[in-house]
Amino acid sequence: MANAIEVENLTKKFGDLVAVDDISFNVEEGGIFAFLGPNGAGKSTTIKMLTTLLKPSDGRMRVDGRDPSTEANAVRRAFGIVFQDPSLDEDLTAWENLEFHGILYGVPRNVRRQRMVELMTLVDLWDRRKSFVREFSGGMKRRLEIARGLLHHPKIIFLDEPTLGLDPQTRNHLWSYVLKLNAEKGITIFFTTHYMEEADRVAKRIAIIDQGKIVAEGAGEELKAMTGTETLEAAFLALTGSEIREESGSSLDTLRQARRVWGGARGR
Amino acid sequence: MNAVYVMWLREVKRFLRSRARMFGALGQPLLFLIALGYGLGPVFRKAGQGNYLEFIAPGIIGMSIIFTAVFNGMQMIWDRQFGFLKETMVAPVPRTAIMFGRTLGGASVSMIQGLLVLGISVAVGFRPVALLGIVPAILTMLMIGILFSAIGMAVASRLRDMQGFQLIMNFLVMPMFFLSGALFPLDHASRPLLWIARFDPLSYGVDALRKFLIGTSTFGLPMDAGVLLVVTAFFLWLGSYFFSRMEV
Repeated sequence: MANAIEVENLTKKFGDLVAVDDISFNVEEGGIFAFLGPNGAGKSTTIKMLTTLLKPSDGRMRVDGRDPSTEANAVRRAFGIVFQDPSLDEDLTAWENLEFHGILYGVPRNVRRQRMVELMTLVDLWDRRKSFVREFSGGMKRRLEIARGLLHHPKIIFLDEPTLGLDPQTRNHLWSYVLKLNAEKGITIFFTTHYMEEADRVAKRIAIIDQGKIVAEGAGEELKAMTGTETLEAAFLALTGSEIREESGSSLDTLRQARRVWGGARGR
Repeated sequence: MNAVYVMWLREVKRFLRSRARMFGALGQPLLFLIALGYGLGPVFRKAGQGNYLEFIAPGIIGMSIIFTAVFNGMQMIWDRQFGFLKETMVAPVPRTAIMFGRTLGGASVSMIQGLLVLGISVAVGFRPVALLGIVPAILTMLMIGILFSAIGMAVASRLRDMQGFQLIMNFLVMPMFFLSGALFPLDHASRPLLWIARFDPLSYGVDALRKFLIGTSTFGLPMDAGVLLVVTAFFLWLGSYFFSRMEV
């Protein structure tokens, strides 16, 4: 089977800091791949490189057979993404958020409208299509983002901590959508999460990254067998140690803080 | 082309929906018009310069345009981490198109704000010399809007967080407003001040507005238009350059 994502000796340096250190892995077409690691391990940096937002310092990448750093637009058409931080426009309605996405991706009007109806029904937001996104709960925003990420019919979808801060009901709901898409449309799923039980249940293959290096890769069972542990969480801790990682207080944290204080008002 | 349209539409929709912002931004220009226009008016007349309210109205319109435009551009810092911008950065469209769309959107919004200020100026007693001058005046407002949206975007592309916003307001936007001849006649300004104003693009914008609205000008229209076009082209280029190199 062909690979949807190929990564070979990928490295990203920020000055002296090596965020991603010579990693290699493949994700086969139609696969469900979990990319796990403690905070600051290099997960988001890797996703940013694969999704054309960052240029690598060294190494080779292929997403849908193309290089994200030189064929950005072809790669961009091939994937959909749900970012770690919500990236919806809160001052637009749910409908408008999808509509704008469709126009940006050049989906013709009649196809776009038809898919919008389908997707909004799929994520149970059809009744709320005219509501402003700022009135949505965290779970509704996540569902809308997934619908948006699928609107241009990508072959691969990246989910960066898609279930963060969601209650178990919403998490289950969300994964059942994603698994259904994977089964019915063969969309390749690449996701990160801190919920080990979730990764174990959903992913066909798992890679664990720590301090920029991949420390283990395989199916959940293989990782457990390798470390002689009962659960993926125990395997994860055995592989990455139990020391708590501190991400440096970046400007992003400052912004997140400010956002918490100001809410959705954004200086209005 | 569609990307430019969508980004423009987004800015305009958001603005038209936030009435509080629209009317809130009218408070300051109204204060300037009343306090300065009526407060300094008698002194200005005694000095033989005519009606001060007439004189500053175009300057205050210019002020509201640059404040709105720069602020709009700087909002990109928020969007960059939390909003629509990140989504547009992975869309299969040229970054330049995104940047142009946003700039045009910010400029349209600033122009509407400028028109509202023109409205309140008329309400407090300002009378444009010729009604026909309003059409080219609106185009000038749009031009000033494009220029300062582009400046705001260029600055925002280089900033990581909102901490720098105060700095930009105090060391870029405020000086550009106060030293532009928006509030005093450059014809009688001291030599150093005149020289500073000559390097301030807003001086030419306000000068063109005065020409169309009250019929007086320091630099002359060809000079105004020339400088505005060249400086705007430069900042559009600079903004696209920074924007295309931006990593999130």
